Amino acid sequence: MTIREVVKLLDAEILCGEEHLDTEIHTACGSDMMSDVLAYVKDQSVLLTGLLNPQVVRTAEMMDMLCIVFVRGKRPEQPVIDLAESKGIVLLSTEKRLFVACGILYTNGLGG
Amino acid sequence: MGECIRLEYDVDGENFASAGHASESVKRTLKQMGVSPASVRRVAIAMYEGEINMVIHAHGGRAIAEIYPDRIDIYLRDTGPGIADVDLAMRAGYSTATENIRSLGFGAGMGLPNMKKYSDEMKIDTAVGVGTTVFLRIRF
Repeated sequence: MTIREVVKLLDAEILCGEEHLDTEIHTACGSDMMSDVLAYVKDQSVLLTGLLNPQVVRTAEMMDMLCIVFVRGKRPEQPVIDLAESKGIVLLSTEKRLFVACGILYTNGLGG
Repeated sequence: MGECIRLEYDVDGENFASAGHASESVKRTLKQMGVSPASVRRVAIAMYEGEINMVIHAHGGRAIAEIYPDRIDIYLRDTGPGIADVDLAMRAGYSTATENIRSLGFGAGMGLPNMKKYSDEMKIDTAVGVGTTVFLRIRF
């Protein structure tokens, strides 16, 4: 699916990276522990998390991820959005909880 | 040995937000040099974990990267507290990080194991009260 479809499925707000919405993605992971993302993730292109600090963007950048979805209605501060923008990473915010957001994407065909 | 590009960075131990700056720069350089994406990612993750460790455990330090045609050698030097038991620190899940660090998404005890996993060679020189140097070699 495309990032645009993620936006629609999660009823998400686009915080930055609007120009990359047609990028194709195939897999995602959900975690609030960046150490675990760095340890266990392989080629996933979307990160769903409730964590808001700049290291979420840096972790995604190191893993070549394309999109971060902040769950539970969370929104990072502007410097974090600016950092993601400069790296070409799409930031989304959804009211849905982590488990629910992951479930919706999974049942709609996104792999783990 | 061949030609070597040497990059050196200050890792600011007081600024968690800027941690990852050196790894990011090395990642960008390797990408521009045409190193394979898989190798670039291994370097980025291993070095980033090291950088995070320097910030959360050792008040920062120096990160040095030497890029050769076939590999990268990374030296992460700090004058922090040192590691009392390296075997224990290498164990997945073991961490001395505070609850505050965990709330930032780190301190799962995966840093050193991850650095070992993503590098071809890793060496830790450490002395309690003096500091730690981690050497990482990653072949492209």
